[in-house]
Amino acid sequence: MTFPTVSRGGPGYPPLLTELHDPPARLYLRGGPPKILARTSVAIVGARSCSPYGVQVARELARELAGAGVVVVSGLARGVDGEAHRGALAAGGLTVAVLGCGIDRDYPKAHAELARRISESGLVVSEYPPGVEPSPWRFPARNRLVAGLATATVVVEARRRSGALITADFALELGRDVFAVPGEITSGLSEGTNDLIRQGATPLLGAADVLEALGIEPEPPVIVPTSLSPEAENVWSALRAGAMTLDEISRTAGIGAAEVAVALTELELAGLVVGADGIYRARTPPPGRGPPPYGA
Amino acid sequence: MLARAVTHALVGLEARPVEVEAHLQRGVPAFAIVGLPDKACQEAKERVRSGITSAELEWPLRRITVNLAPAGLRKEGSGYDLPIALAVLAASHQIPPESLQGHAAVGELGLDGRLRPVPGAIVAAEAARRAGLPRLLCPLESAPEAALAGIEAVPLRHLAEAGAFLRGRFRPDAVQPATARSNGAAPDLADVRGQERGRRALEIVAAGRHNLLLAGPPGTGKTMLARRLPALLPPLSLDQALEVTRIHSVVGVLSAAHPLVDRPPFRAPHHTASAAAVVGGGPGPRPGEVSLAHHGVLLLDELPEFHRPVLEALRQPLEDGVVAVVRVGGQAIFPARFVLVGTMNLCPCGARGDPAVECTCSPQRLAAYGRKLSRALLDRFDLVVHMPRPRGRELDSTPGEASAAVRDRVEPAAERLRERRPRLGTEARELLVRAVDTLPLSGRGRARVARVAATVAALADAETIDAQHVAEALSYRAPPELTT
Repeated sequence: MTFPTVSRGGPGYPPLLTELHDPPARLYLRGGPPKILARTSVAIVGARSCSPYGVQVARELARELAGAGVVVVSGLARGVDGEAHRGALAAGGLTVAVLGCGIDRDYPKAHAELARRISESGLVVSEYPPGVEPSPWRFPARNRLVAGLATATVVVEARRRSGALITADFALELGRDVFAVPGEITSGLSEGTNDLIRQGATPLLGAADVLEALGIEPEPPVIVPTSLSPEAENVWSALRAGAMTLDEISRTAGIGAAEVAVALTELELAGLVVGADGIYRARTPPPGRGPPPYGA
Repeated sequence: MLARAVTHALVGLEARPVEVEAHLQRGVPAFAIVGLPDKACQEAKERVRSGITSAELEWPLRRITVNLAPAGLRKEGSGYDLPIALAVLAASHQIPPESLQGHAAVGELGLDGRLRPVPGAIVAAEAARRAGLPRLLCPLESAPEAALAGIEAVPLRHLAEAGAFLRGRFRPDAVQPATARSNGAAPDLADVRGQERGRRALEIVAAGRHNLLLAGPPGTGKTMLARRLPALLPPLSLDQALEVTRIHSVVGVLSAAHPLVDRPPFRAPHHTASAAAVVGGGPGPRPGEVSLAHHGVLLLDELPEFHRPVLEALRQPLEDGVVAVVRVGGQAIFPARFVLVGTMNLCPCGARGDPAVECTCSPQRLAAYGRKLSRALLDRFDLVVHMPRPRGRELDSTPGEASAAVRDRVEPAAERLRERRPRLGTEARELLVRAVDTLPLSGRGRARVARVAATVAALADAETIDAQHVAEALSYRAPPELTT
């Protein structure tokens, strides 16, 4: 099986990539037309073992950005990377996965199906010819392409020595915008991102921040439908104060567990609440505030 | 000289009649048992010899051959001791040979001639009744159990008593079949503080007999909650109780004090259990934990820790309500209709879902953990409930509702589900359509949600399933992190 390529200096080679000090001689492609690489794009990267918070933020952010027509670039890894791709696909948008192995490989294996879906509309790219095995030293090189392909880079969750920070470093070297998603100061998974903010990265409070930096008109924010039942209204306002378990909602809102379950389903179907590991969160963080911490 | 006694061999949950023939011949004194006895049965020789001597009867100094007919059927266990001893005594005219007619016998002998109970007395008694035998000679401890079969159980403490009874010199007290309600104190739901979500789920599970999966970090009360499910189920009917008693008797786990199992049984095998122990098996097939939990609750604590073959083997009983064990020696079918409750952590280290600790699991370990539970097995759980760590304030709250109060709601709901199952209303149908479109919900998932919604409606004493019943049922669907 042969894969199309674009060569440095040739047609279709992404112009942003030439700003790297060592741009790859050629890129192998799998999927859509190479001109996708020339569109405005944002890299969303982060920890492989991320928390439900990271999953939610990565997915939502990718969905909103892709919905606004931005290409989402990431590295096909587990965790934040995978969620970013999924979010973009869910919005019917375009996404680009950069591999750290041969173009014919799917690494990690569990994301083979995801890679297939990405290549249906978007692109899977690699600087390595078919047959190259994934190895640890190739991933930093892959991160340089992720940063190089994107106009801006968002780090969702990263530990202190995470590979996502390498991507952020490349982006900074290139003089591109770097956003970091603030997290709890007690969470090791947010140490890297919070540190980026201290160093001067822009704290990301919503997709609108990125769109504004890119000069794209942001979509109007989520408006709570007026047709919510009184119980759902009650539960929704309780959840806006912070993530909670069902039992805690029941106590805060003063309604029984069965009624809370009914209200939560209504809110979930309306797209206002997500639940993971038994903890429910309001979907859009209220403006001007960080994400609601569990246990406030 | 030849004499015969009748006993029964256990084959699965059935008992087949076995004729015990004892033949005494002149010759060098010897004692042989033929007719496919297993090791325990072969060792009856020593127990019978000592037992007869201890009963101050005479051990005939002859060449003794005992045949267990039909000779092709494997004989297992020590229950043949009493019939062998009686046949030998009859052949040597120490008891009248004709007195053995109309009696079946079962029991193990001690070296001092005492009789010990053996498993399966109720099954043997039922077979004896079917064969038209009016009386069963059995150990004292087994008598109340045997009497449940509607046969006259003759309770015996010692081989000497058996001899005296057959010579007409001893009349033991009549035995009443065990009917007294075994009010063994099952753990009560009042002990659980907080956990409103878990309690509600338990109520739905009890009313609709759904399978339940409890997921959450360790120490959040998953097991504590699961153990309180049997107390919410209605007591067994007499037929059900006899069915369960039979299984428990064959396996030998019947309590001597309360031989009739009339409360829904609760079984919680350890996660190291083998497939044969859980679903049944062995050379002469024995019922496993799933059958011991028949009409009751099977708790698999730490579900992902169970061996994969064990979990996969559960699929047949969950689907059909029976286990078919096929062995070279024959096939046995054991009933196994139970409510399955599984508990699991959200990750191997257990910290996920607990805000106080950080999960240290690598993505690979996490993925491997998820893979242990197959889609097919997860699909059998109608309700999946997360049990996050309760806050201190919650544990300080007042005790919750007691089991009896919940049972008062469960019983009418179960009744309604049996008689007139609530039907899906228009709004409920629309909500389901919307849910399938919006949420990750498969066709099978939809059917599960509809089933749970019917139970929720029945608990609300509604004739049709409304949107709110479906909405609540939807909240118990398997979350995507467990299904991908």
